[in-house]
Amino acid sequence: MKLTLKIWRQKNNNSKGEFKTYVHDHVSPDMSFLEMLDVLNEGLVKKGEEPVHFDHDCREGICGMCSLYINGRPHGPLQTTTCQLHMRSFKDGETITIEPWRAAAFPVVKDLVVDRSAFDRIQQAGGYVSVNTGGVPDGNAIPIAKKIADEAMDAAACIGCGACVAACKNASAMLFVSAKVSQYALLPQGQPESKERVEKMVAQMDEEGFGACTNTKACEAECPKSIKITNIARMNREYYSSMFTNYEVTVSGGGD
Amino acid sequence: MALDSKIPAGSLAEKWSKHKFNLKLVNPANKRKYDVIVVGTGLAGASAAASLGELGYNVKAFCFQDSPRRAHSIAAQGGINAAKNYQNDGDSVYRLFYDTIKGGDYRAREANVHRLAEVSVNIIDQCVAQGVPFAREYGGTLANRSFGGAQVSRTFYARGQTGQQLLLGAYSALNRQIANGKVTMYNRTEMLDVVVVDGKARGIVTRDLVTGKIESHSAHAVLLCTGGYGNVFFLSTNAKGSNVTAAWRAHKKGAFFANPCFTQIHPTCIPVSGDHQSKLTLMSESLRNDGRVWVPKEAKKGFKAKDAASISESDRDYFLERKYPSFGNLVPRDVASRNAKYVCDEGRGVGATGLAVFLDFADAIKRDGRSVIEAKYGNLFDMYKQITGDDPYTMPMMIYPAVHYTMGGLWVDYNLMTTVPGLYALGECNFSDHGANRLGASALMQGLADGYFVIPYTIGDYLATIGWKDKVDTNHPAFAEAIKSVTDRQEKLLSIKGKKTVDQLHRELGLTMWEYCGMSRSEAGLKKAKQIIQDIKKEFWTNVNVLGSGNELNMELEKANRVADFIELGELMVDDALNRTESCGGHFREESQVDGEALRNDQDFFYVSAWEYTGEGQQQALHKDALEYEFVKPTQRSYK
Repeated sequence: MKLTLKIWRQKNNNSKGEFKTYVHDHVSPDMSFLEMLDVLNEGLVKKGEEPVHFDHDCREGICGMCSLYINGRPHGPLQTTTCQLHMRSFKDGETITIEPWRAAAFPVVKDLVVDRSAFDRIQQAGGYVSVNTGGVPDGNAIPIAKKIADEAMDAAACIGCGACVAACKNASAMLFVSAKVSQYALLPQGQPESKERVEKMVAQMDEEGFGACTNTKACEAECPKSIKITNIARMNREYYSSMFTNYEVTVSGGGD
Repeated sequence: MALDSKIPAGSLAEKWSKHKFNLKLVNPANKRKYDVIVVGTGLAGASAAASLGELGYNVKAFCFQDSPRRAHSIAAQGGINAAKNYQNDGDSVYRLFYDTIKGGDYRAREANVHRLAEVSVNIIDQCVAQGVPFAREYGGTLANRSFGGAQVSRTFYARGQTGQQLLLGAYSALNRQIANGKVTMYNRTEMLDVVVVDGKARGIVTRDLVTGKIESHSAHAVLLCTGGYGNVFFLSTNAKGSNVTAAWRAHKKGAFFANPCFTQIHPTCIPVSGDHQSKLTLMSESLRNDGRVWVPKEAKKGFKAKDAASISESDRDYFLERKYPSFGNLVPRDVASRNAKYVCDEGRGVGATGLAVFLDFADAIKRDGRSVIEAKYGNLFDMYKQITGDDPYTMPMMIYPAVHYTMGGLWVDYNLMTTVPGLYALGECNFSDHGANRLGASALMQGLADGYFVIPYTIGDYLATIGWKDKVDTNHPAFAEAIKSVTDRQEKLLSIKGKKTVDQLHRELGLTMWEYCGMSRSEAGLKKAKQIIQDIKKEFWTNVNVLGSGNELNMELEKANRVADFIELGELMVDDALNRTESCGGHFREESQVDGEALRNDQDFFYVSAWEYTGEGQQQALHKDALEYEFVKPTQRSYK
């Protein structure tokens, strides 16, 4: 296959970026999208040109490190991660536009690499159960209905890639945050801190500069792990019901 | 130097509890005076950093990825073993211990493995309390399955994403400590050297991968939780970033490297599709419960899966069923892998490259119906179709073995301390619990055991012994020296400006390792490999091309740094494989077999090989850490 690639190149966060066009005629339909870029990069290095930087690690669709906004869609035309997207999904002769995730809360580091540490900080604000190692009850002490455990697992399957933010016209992180809130809201282990958790995580989400949710469902349509927007509804319910409890949560920092 | 494994005296079942009592404690008020560095944030690293932060130590944690949640533990699919005996089917701590020792082909330490089995039950409780959504039965209790040929159902799982859920659990505990200010997290930061002063580990030197800044960090103890070295083969099921650099730099600073030749090759991976291949994807070995492995009896070049139905039953060779009638397609990983290699070596492999065998579900679908197979393996079939474009419901899958896990690693004593005082190795990074072969669902168990339930006890003993005043500041000349050597090496890499890319040289190394130090090893082949690796090393340092500078995000430089260490490790793996003239576990020496099967030699090789770095270009020195079995009597494996 022969492809024309329009790739966003940006030296670092302080410099201005631009699209550069590359003709790539060593593409096999069996390559993954990232392997296609590997081959491009190997050719660039041989020519003495700096390779295109992009994030990737496990290359089996689970670590959430790969990103790329391909032809206007996060992770490209299929509802999967970029590392699991193969070139047979494209046509010979096609022009492919490759951009980094676009969101103010995900600043560009270099080329197609962005900084997603805002997601870590949201998790640090309350995405945990406050138990220390040791001194916990037996695993079977609290029965959990299979249906509930399965639903919690559906929410917990989020890989934190940020496609939901990239897909959203408001760059909202509601799907990501609500997936974590939902996992704990469903499980008995999450109950004691449910109020603190949702209030702190939402506060941190706003602090990071993510936009508001207007229910366009673009996030759900693009999520490579099929996280549902029912999680957003559940988070809204958690959030509003927390407002009716009679104590106030200090939103600075998490933990104790 | 005599190796002291510090295995406590007493009966097997009491060793750990007695040892815990004998370990010194750090006064709660003094814990805040101690600094601990944790490198790597997979299951071992995240659980250790979180647990030590909870105890009150000041922890600095490092990962090269953009977030601690990306560590490759996240990709583990199958499950985690624990001796809960929830199924009332005869499991016990002793049985899990025994299975692990036997599975490791009698090359693991009895005391360590028993401790692992003991704490396995606590791991499950801990993860449930964190909100890990394990699979459950309708009655609300935890579900179990039998895994990897085990006779009992002791594997806990969260769909096919157990590693992900356990890691996210540990990551949540880590996040809580970060928020509490007890753990300082350094993302996109790679450890490039360990600093040793007066014989003790005093800190590390790191590179900020975004700015390129080289920095010093000092501490009372350093924990390496940096995973395995499977990427020495270039192609493996490891993440692209997984590397040996932290462990290797520690090795060069005095930490012995144990059993480097013990690598695990997984039989059911998706085959290589071309030269562009960047990594291999594992398909759960549960597929062998229903799939039948075969190749055509007559060699057929480039034979495609879609034409499989054209080969009649009598022209097919179900080679595992033929050679191992009692275990059939369920023989252990190493046996299944080796036999796939043999039929491909005979030229009977299938697919475009001839390096694949069929895994056929046609009989299972005929017997149970498509819906049953879909319920069991639907996600795996989908994944296979996504990657290969073939539909396994209508044609056989093609599979081939791939490097998956490394049992070898830094030598540690019972306290998980390396031969450098104050330097610890946890999880896949150490060698201790899996012997020559790891059982399915045991890697997650070991990573979390080390981090949650072993290191919090054993590190206290060391810290209490040295005292909080025994710390070296980063102003010490040893840090400046380490920074200089790291910077010099980086400058050297950037200045070569040769003709070959890092990946090209890495691929050459990988092919050599796979060919001569992979599934089947011989003296002649290993000697040849040693020569080739030395040539690759020479070429690397004179002809590699690393563009860009050291003061920016430079992924080519990162790779080059790692590949340089892989090359040196590769040579040590070959040395170790040459020395061990027996066949055992994942290590098959062609000279040591009986009737085509692996022949272990307990007479001469009942020891752990611990290699000491003796200087640039020198042959490393072998130390034999004798295994002493008090409770289990080693037997020869047979699956006929």
